[in-house]
Formats: sequence, structure tokens, C-alpha cells
Amino acid sequence: MPEGLRVGYFPGCTLKTDARDFESSALAVAGALGIEVAELSRWNCCGTVYSLDAVNLMPRLASVHNLIRAEEEGFSEIMTLCSMCYNTLKRTNNLFTSINSAVVADAPWRTAINDFLCLDPGYSGRVKIYHFLEFLREKIKPEQVKDLVVRPLDGLAVAPYYGCLLLRPKEIAIDDPEKPEILTPFLSALGAKVIDFPLNNECCGAYQTAMHPEAVARRACRIISSAQSEGADMIAVSCPLCHYNLSALQNATNSRQSGPKAMPIIYFTEIMARAMGLNYQTDAANMTPTSVPPGRCRASAWEAAK
Amino acid sequence: MKIILGNSHPQSLFAQRIEALSGQKLFACYQCGKCSSGCPMAESMDLLPNRVIREAQLNNGPVLMSCRAVWFCSSCFACAVRCPKGIDIARIMEAVRTIQMMDGKPITEQPSCEDTGTLPQIALVSHFRKFNV
Ligand code: SF4
Ligand code: SF4
Repeated sequence: MPEGLRVGYFPGCTLKTDARDFESSALAVAGALGIEVAELSRWNCCGTVYSLDAVNLMPRLASVHNLIRAEEEGFSEIMTLCSMCYNTLKRTNNLFTSINSAVVADAPWRTAINDFLCLDPGYSGRVKIYHFLEFLREKIKPEQVKDLVVRPLDGLAVAPYYGCLLLRPKEIAIDDPEKPEILTPFLSALGAKVIDFPLNNECCGAYQTAMHPEAVARRACRIISSAQSEGADMIAVSCPLCHYNLSALQNATNSRQSGPKAMPIIYFTEIMARAMGLNYQTDAANMTPTSVPPGRCRASAWEAAK
Repeated sequence: MKIILGNSHPQSLFAQRIEALSGQKLFACYQCGKCSSGCPMAESMDLLPNRVIREAQLNNGPVLMSCRAVWFCSSCFACAVRCPKGIDIARIMEAVRTIQMMDGKPITEQPSCEDTGTLPQIALVSHFRKFNV
């Protein structure tokens, strides 16, 4: 087990409410792998979506506050579980770091933001932002995961779904935006059969679920059907919004005659924690509407055996 | 009819506002359609993303002010990573949304509180952020 792996942790709102099972399973996995995860003692909303407005300063401030807090608490690296928090914090961080890169148009913001937040220490741009998946790839070898497996997945067919926010735009991508496979070695280490499917990097509809749930249900239907037709037993996700859109909207999609069969949508950390035999708190009964009719797929047998 | 495109024309107000708000070069677009062909929300849109850009190049204010497509964009950046001209189309969609709101007549409404009961915070907060000029 590697010595002294310590990382700051920015949870974000949804990890403390709807996605508690994501947080607790991730913390259990990190603990087993010898990673010390230290939650920031003060944090606020990341701002949820990175502002695309080229002139308005205000939407960036929520993220900058968090980055200042991280620096104040002495973290050179912080980690998120939520893909949206990752995207927003990382892109804001880029305003301060990549003056010569593709986001050059945003560079003058660095001074403007620091001037505006004159009561806080200015942000230096030195904190590195990771998503947990990226952190695992950089710091942990799949063999270390393999050594901890007590209940191998025995060829269970898991389809990793990446969505948008870990892969786009290019300057924050943790993997190839068109052919992501960052989860493959870890799921393989658990004994799973990893299913590649063509829609694994297509948007689930994101926040449109608030206003256009029918359109998002159509997305969910397409994505689940695609994974199913490649033989997947379950879909592994890394974002609470993808999780919600793909699982909660299954009711809508399943009521269609031609829709896909019910498919469990599970955070990748839950799959890891279960294969490693770790206990983690889950509110799955009310929080994650992924009830699977008995016998619908092999994953339900695995669910029942847990 | 001869059409001259450009943002220097005094009547190209829309194009100028969109370029300022988005920081993108509208007139770099040569209408290849790659953005629209990969857009996951295209099936729900009244104007495809490349068409939104075309109308903006033509400074077609009335069409853009009544365009619902920009409210279906989920900011997934599939278009932006694929555009051969390096245009961040999501920023242009956002700029059109913003102009609709700045001019006081967004073409869509926020969902009511009753509709939002089971949504996770991440969906609610990010959605409401899109109504923030
Ligand atoms: S992909 Fe780029 S160049 Fe092609 S139509 Fe879309 S915006 Fe225009
Ligand atoms: S960012 Fe918007 S316009 Fe572009 S592909 Fe995604 S949904 Fe379509």
C-alpha cells in the first residue's frame, strides 16, 4: 500500500444528499487503497455549471472561493467525485493557470477576479484539481485494486458510461473525449467484463432534466439500449446527474413498448466497494431508484446476493 | 440576391452581441453541419445548432429571439470538440439564451416548484443558473 497519499476533497451539494452512496462507497474504496481523503473544512457550491459568458465575472466566483479555501488549508491537490464539480472547478482553475493555452481569451479574468475578491487572499492557480477516477489512474495501480478483491465480479458485464463533463472540453478532459477507457483497467481488476458501447461519451441531457424531462428520457432510452445491445448487465457512472437521468427516467423509458429492459445504474465506486467486500452506508432504497425486476438480468442476481 | 456577411456592418447588431457575449468568431463557421450531426439534443430542437449560427451570421434577430433550440442545449460540448473551425458552439447557444433574457423575453419558462420535488440539487441549481444573466 502506498505511503502518505493524501488529497483534499471537495464534495459538492449532491454528494451530501442524493448521492450519499457515491460518497460513502468512494471513501471506503479510498480508505482501503490507503488514500487519506481530507474534506475541506469550508466549501460552498462549485457554481454547478461553468459559465459560458465571456463578459460576466460573477458566475466564476463560487469556484474561486473554493480554490482559495483549498489553498488556505494547504492542499496542493484536491479531488471531486461529482463530474460537474470537477468540470466547473477545473475550468475555473484554468483561468488562473493556462494563460498561454486555448483559453487565452479568459486570461485577463485572473487579475479582475483577484481584484474583486480583495478581502480574500488572491488565488495563485497552484491547486491541482482531480476527479477521483483520474486520481486513481495517476496514483494507484490496477494490481493494487486486484489484490483487495474478495468477491470477484466473475465476468459480470459492466458498461462504463462517461458522459460529457469528464471528457469535454478538451482542456479539462481526463481521457480521450471520443474513446474514453479510463475505467477499463479498474473494472477488469475486479473481474468484470468491460463493455464498450458507442454512446458511452454522449450526453445524458444533463440539467435539461429539470425542464425537458421527456427529451432526457429519450436520451436515457438510447444510452441504455445501446449498452444493452452490446450485452451489458449494468452501467457504471461517475456523476450524480448521469445517475439520476439514467435511473430515475427508466420508468419513463420502460413504459415504452420498444424501450430497453430495466438496467441497474451504479456508481463505479459502489461496484469497486462491493467487489472489495467493503461496508459503506447506502440510502439506496430511497435515493437511487434502480429497482430491477427479478430475473431481468444477471446483475439482479448479483444485487440480491450482496 | 447577393448576401454579404460580416460583423462590421452597422446593422449586424445581433452578430456583434453574440460575438461579444460568446467570445467566439461567428463568421469562422462554414456550415459543414458537423456540430448538428453529433448533437444529442438535436432531435428536440427547432433549429439545428449550425442553423442557429447561420441565422446569427445573417443577423436574423426575429428568428433568434424566438428560437427554442438554445433552451434545449445541454452544454455537452460535443459540438465544440468536433468543430473543424474551433468554434465553441455551446457558448454561442448560451449567448443567444442570454440575449433573449437581456431583452426581457426568454422564449421559455422556469419549471414550477411542484415539478421539481424529486430532482437532485445538481440538476436544479445548474438549471436555474441558466436563467442567470
Ligand atoms: S461544426 Fe463548426 S464549422 Fe461546422 S457548421 Fe458547426 S459551427 Fe460551423
Ligand atoms: S453543447 Fe449544445 S449544441 Fe453542442 S452538441 Fe451539446 S447539446 Fe448540442
